[in-house]
Amino acid sequence: METAVFIVCALIVLGGALGVVMSRNPVHAALSLVATLFGVAVLFLNLGAQLLAVVQVIVYTGAIVVLILFVLMLLGVDEDEDLDTEPIVGQRMIAVLVGLFFAGAVLAVIIVGKDAAVTGARSATEAISPSVSNIVQIGRQLFTTYVFPLELTAGLLTIAVVGAVVLSRRPKDLQPIPEPESMTELGDDPLTTTPGEAAH
Amino acid sequence: MSPNLPLAYLALSAILFAIGGVGLLVRRNPLVMIMCVELMLNAVNLTFVTFGKMLDDISGQVIVFFVMVVAAAEVVIGLALIVALARRRPDANADDLRLLRG
Repeated sequence: METAVFIVCALIVLGGALGVVMSRNPVHAALSLVATLFGVAVLFLNLGAQLLAVVQVIVYTGAIVVLILFVLMLLGVDEDEDLDTEPIVGQRMIAVLVGLFFAGAVLAVIIVGKDAAVTGARSATEAISPSVSNIVQIGRQLFTTYVFPLELTAGLLTIAVVGAVVLSRRPKDLQPIPEPESMTELGDDPLTTTPGEAAH
Repeated sequence: MSPNLPLAYLALSAILFAIGGVGLLVRRNPLVMIMCVELMLNAVNLTFVTFGKMLDDISGQVIVFFVMVVAAAEVVIGLALIVALARRRPDANADDLRLLRG
């Protein structure tokens, strides 16, 4: 049963992730992201992390994706992107190679090392207990072992809120960012070529 | 039940992280790039929970909370930057932002 749930969720997670990377329309990418996040939430349940599964659905799909979609609609940038032209030549091939190299390296460690790939002391802070509920255990650790990091996250969130207000405040004299000087005049070869230039 | 299911979770996380990384390198729309960062953070969260289960330790799940807080802060600041940018250059993509290029 656990294996069956894992296989179904893994397919949903990977399909959603590919949808995020490959969809032309940013709204479709955001909806694919929702599929991935739900799949990860079910995988959390499968691993016995009930509280995290609920928080994942509420915080990620309920807040973060909605925030992203809101900004997407607010800015009106929800039209299709042109993904056929490749502005930097060879970028995609190199990016895919880097991704394959990373995934291959980690998979090799997992396949070769098996369970020995995971090192470290067992139950260093608190063993997962089947009799005590998940929430009680996480709360106890948050307010004992991890109380100082918890205080720091309060500061981080305050800074983030203040920073967002400062960044998105409308300045009095709004100047459009000027087009940067031509890089070729500065003795620097251009990184990008427009399709028109590439033709001749 | 397969005894090596935790290793399958780790493999899934690695693939998810790689997909997110490739998306971050390839896409030019800043909003889609933020979504790809979310994919990578979720892969890391899944790894943490799996490690917590393999080592029988609740800390794996506690740390995921901190990752989620950092992810939320990152999205807030990232979206504020995108809104501020879109006011000045409505159709800018990540390649157009080269004012800081030396």
